[in-house]
Amino acid sequence: MTKLMTLRDAIARFVPHGSRVVMSAALESLIPFAAGHEIIRQRIRDLTLVGPISDILFDQLIGAGCARKIIAAWVGNVSAGLGHNYRRAQEQGIPHRLEIWDHSNFTISLALLAGGLGVPYIPTYSLLGSDLPQTNPTFQQAPSPFGGEKTLLVPALQPEVAILHVQRSDEHGNAHAWGNLGISEEAALASQRVIIVAEEIVPRAVIVSDPNRVLAPSFKVCAVVHAPGGAHPSSVQGYYSRDHAFYHEYHRATRTAEENDRWLAEWVREVKDRAEYLQKLGDARWRSLQLKEHRYAAPVDYGY
Amino acid sequence: MKEQYTYVEFLICLAARLIEDNRTVFIGYGMPQVAAILAQRLYAPNICQVYEYGAIGPEVATPFRRNMMADTRNSYRAFMWTTMNPTIAMASAGNIDYGILGAAQVDQFGNINSTQVGGTYERPGIRFTGSGGGNEVASLCWRTVIVMEHEKRRFVPRVDFITSPGYLDGTPNAREQAGLPRGTGPYRVISSLALFDFDPATRRMRLIGTAPGVSVKDVQDNLQFELPVADKVSELEPPREAELKMLREVIDPDRVVIGRV
Repeated sequence: MTKLMTLRDAIARFVPHGSRVVMSAALESLIPFAAGHEIIRQRIRDLTLVGPISDILFDQLIGAGCARKIIAAWVGNVSAGLGHNYRRAQEQGIPHRLEIWDHSNFTISLALLAGGLGVPYIPTYSLLGSDLPQTNPTFQQAPSPFGGEKTLLVPALQPEVAILHVQRSDEHGNAHAWGNLGISEEAALASQRVIIVAEEIVPRAVIVSDPNRVLAPSFKVCAVVHAPGGAHPSSVQGYYSRDHAFYHEYHRATRTAEENDRWLAEWVREVKDRAEYLQKLGDARWRSLQLKEHRYAAPVDYGY
Repeated sequence: MKEQYTYVEFLICLAARLIEDNRTVFIGYGMPQVAAILAQRLYAPNICQVYEYGAIGPEVATPFRRNMMADTRNSYRAFMWTTMNPTIAMASAGNIDYGILGAAQVDQFGNINSTQVGGTYERPGIRFTGSGGGNEVASLCWRTVIVMEHEKRRFVPRVDFITSPGYLDGTPNAREQAGLPRGTGPYRVISSLALFDFDPATRRMRLIGTAPGVSVKDVQDNLQFELPVADKVSELEPPREAELKMLREVIDPDRVVIGRV
């Protein structure tokens, strides 16, 4: 049975209030902005946002009042620096303060790896000696039972849902992704459900021609959404480049809570869907982000 | 003669010359990326740059795109493009020689703060972005090099929050006591005014070189802690013509990172 559905239906069905949601698992690329914007439009509340480096998507969700808790390594604006909404939330309580479990990239990665393995924790030497284990109450320190080395125990995370943007998928959620993947695989394996948002929906034959490139087991995928341009302003390798200017424009446009409300109204709340968003962005700008040169991999032979 | 280069060009060139060829180097966000590209083009063609997003050994395409870690061009000709866990695992297992990091705030023991200043953790004065992969670079690579513009407010006796560990409180073997891999730690701090190492006995940041026209006192006046000075303080070489040409004509022709003279 096909899992294809609209983004509106996917978010309404699979991202209830209070969910723990992994997004931006591929770091600065493949960020599911279209999905995040739909979450904002549907006024989903009390979310726990989980990710390594979330760029401005988490900042937007925080500014829109959708988040209650952050489990992440980095929240801000990779092009412009700090995130105004993240700062306002913690420094001034606007719209409200967040519970934060700071991670590093490696520990969030290990937390999801442990979740995907189905084991309770993974030990590491990262974060030892820093102040991060004191502020994140989920970390514990314990000597290795084998050699006695001090280790930090990173507890497993099994979020309710991961939202992953990919280059292409079939209608069952067998998805190909390439380029920067960050912790997308770990996120998919750890989460109870996966929403795939794809630039292209392709026949199953395309996917099974290169099964090494499949991101996650499709039996975990609950929804497949076709949303071309859905990762803008982040990049999708082989499809479009990062819109650097957009990050700076967002930074300038969200300096105050009032300005942020106006930005959200203009770019999210009063925009119906991604197609309308791209229309608003304008043809010329969208065209300027398209590939300048193609770099194809050599074909591989799965013959026998 | 008036200065013919910017502070940023100066410290990027210093950092580039410090990178040894044939080494594995974990590259942090920002100026370290430009320094690594410059090093690879001029001095260290066989360095293996390692990026947290999974690119191993890329020859980053130029012009370099500013303020972007995982740009679609930054993994050009990587000999491996994997994911984050295997990449940081390479550092964790002791396979990465150098880590190069930028820093918002650093203290006399080389600890870096990128989490918050002022207030409490729950109600910070200013909330920064958080660690990203910075902690791993500082915790797990053999030698950490910190590259930063020199501002007095950024050089403090103790950071408000240790996001990425240096020599912690400076006590002997503090890192090893905390459980960090033995023999790792901050190696150099490169600022726009000076070059520092860390005294092996006290683990305190120590002056070993000054920028042209900068005195020892100038540096001491621009830190918030007492600065030990090495027996010999060298005058650091300004950017070379070939370096400036590469930076201005190939790597950053729009001068968005290096700035204008």
